[in-house]
Amino acid sequence: MSTAVSPGHRACLGCGEVLGSRLALEAAGPNIIVANATGCLEVTTTSYPYSSWNMPWIHSLFENAPAVASGIEAGLKALGKAGIRVIAQGGDGATADIGLQSLSGMFERGHDVLYICYDNEAYMNTGVQRSGLTPSLASTTTTPTGTTSDGNRLPKKDMVAIALAHGVPYVATASVGYHKDLQKKVQRALTFKGPKYLQVHVPCPPGWGYSSSSTIDVAQKAVQCGLYPLVEFELGQMTSARKLNKRIPVDDYLRDQSRFRHLFTGAAARQGIEVIQAIADANVRRYGLA
Amino acid sequence: MKQLLEGSAAIAEMVKLCRVQVVSAYPITPQTHIVEQLARTISGGELQAEYVNVESEFSAASVVLGASAAGARAYTATTSQGLLLMAEVLFNMAGLRLPVVLTCANRGVSAPITIWNDHQDAMTVRDSGWLQLFAADNQEAVDLHLLAFRLAETLRLPVMVCVDGFILTHAWEPVNLPSQAAVDAFLAPSAPIALLDPARPATLGALAEPDSYMEHRNRLFEAVEGSMQTMERLQQDFERQFGRRHGPTAGYRVDDADVAVVAMGSLNGTIEEAVDSLRDDGQRVGSLKVVSFRPFPAAELRRDLGTVRRVVVLEKAVSMGSGGILSAEIRNALYELPSRPMVKSHVVGLGGRDVTVRDVREMVLSTREDAPLFFGLRQPTAVEVS
Repeated sequence: MSTAVSPGHRACLGCGEVLGSRLALEAAGPNIIVANATGCLEVTTTSYPYSSWNMPWIHSLFENAPAVASGIEAGLKALGKAGIRVIAQGGDGATADIGLQSLSGMFERGHDVLYICYDNEAYMNTGVQRSGLTPSLASTTTTPTGTTSDGNRLPKKDMVAIALAHGVPYVATASVGYHKDLQKKVQRALTFKGPKYLQVHVPCPPGWGYSSSSTIDVAQKAVQCGLYPLVEFELGQMTSARKLNKRIPVDDYLRDQSRFRHLFTGAAARQGIEVIQAIADANVRRYGLA
Repeated sequence: MKQLLEGSAAIAEMVKLCRVQVVSAYPITPQTHIVEQLARTISGGELQAEYVNVESEFSAASVVLGASAAGARAYTATTSQGLLLMAEVLFNMAGLRLPVVLTCANRGVSAPITIWNDHQDAMTVRDSGWLQLFAADNQEAVDLHLLAFRLAETLRLPVMVCVDGFILTHAWEPVNLPSQAAVDAFLAPSAPIALLDPARPATLGALAEPDSYMEHRNRLFEAVEGSMQTMERLQQDFERQFGRRHGPTAGYRVDDADVAVVAMGSLNGTIEEAVDSLRDDGQRVGSLKVVSFRPFPAAELRRDLGTVRRVVVLEKAVSMGSGGILSAEIRNALYELPSRPMVKSHVVGLGGRDVTVRDVREMVLSTREDAPLFFGLRQPTAVEVS
């Protein structure tokens, strides 16, 4: 087994999600079982009879990966099988919207499962519809811009706070733009017993509208402008927050993406960017990123 | 040894004897007594198993799905709204060929909300790929659970045991519970194979494109349809060991009958009493109990009903805009006979409406072809009229 996720899958060029999953699962190492939610990650990697997954891997439904993982963990416990780590993974829609109840149950019951959310900030598999993790003012196919709309009017759901409110012992965010940090967090997470939540920012070239060669660059800019803070909480206490030593204005992150293009044109162009800059500023204050 | 037990307690005791390893359930009336007793059994150390308290039936079904894929013997119980909430997982579990056993404490569905018995819940998921067995009394309910685990693991298909809510789940009846040794002799105490095993990495739940989806669905169809042969063999095993047999169909005074009453579940007790009383009146009436609804016992029905003139189907579920579901399938099965009996459907007992011996007699004796589908509807009350 050379890689956790074999090449030859059907993900788009520059897909942040498949890259994020490969990095995460390689860091997790052998002796894992993966429960995957419906979404791009599943659809692009398992076209029967082919599969990219080099570990025992199950896809059941969109909204139940946390419960399936809970059942796998309970089954392994009942069978007396020790040493196998259970990982559940899904996109932002599976995690923060349709599967949130199931995830809450998994957290609350304390299952020894690492849940990884690959956050590309919309329902990409069905064609870029808004999810609970779509950022403010992004244009999606269900929050299109128009004379009465400047994109998604709702804030991005704070999944880190939701996980922390459940008393989840390890909660962190990561980014495919910082692969060593991502892999270190996966390994750190697996030293904890009980539920773990890791949310990985994974840019999507067709969904966000940027060049497929820029995924890592776009991911790094999201972090460096303060919109995607890389933070780590252990037993409820913040133990790390990546400092923004090369902090950039949000303009530099937004400008490359067609989902934010409307913010740069027209009479009220700057207003939207100022709203987004305020979100980044609040993140910097909240987590002490400066 | 016969014991006087509540239906739910007897079922829970049998599930314990089947050495389940993971139980996950969400409370819903009238299923609760079954899972409460299992929770006590596990917390008291009488059964080594994981009991996973979940936040919904959807997750209960998903947890037993995961546990079964990991190789554990897994069990859940629900009813009505809970079964409908599970529907997506039920189809998925059958497609993944996971041998989970589920008790459905049959109850009507909302709206209007009802907690009382009928079969609309189970009948609504009849196309899911689950085997569905209907118990007529608590002995049958207990025995069918043991048979269900063996069937599930032999066929790698999920099995639903349908038990009339309240009528059976809350009824105290003498029940013969086998010893642990007898259960172990019928059902291997060890868990089935683990599909999810790091030593043998496999992908479960892949995407099927138009070039393979139909083949996958056909394999599931053939597995469910072909399960009748396995059921026959296991029924023989069961009868040899325990001296009792439960279907796939069972006749009562039907061999020389002109009229056969057909039903599923606890109605059959009432029907058999009505048959006795009609026989006392000189009527050549018998009855036929359908124990296995999935697989559907079409050949058995042709054999059992081939010589009757009239079939009266009493059914506790209806397909809106069409009619009775059980009767439609019976008509479909009997259509191949060279001389077909008349098949009259009566929808009865919805939402816990009592069905008496007198009602059954009336339905059998009535030859009105234009009788309404729903039997025994009451006149609207003054409040409803205004």
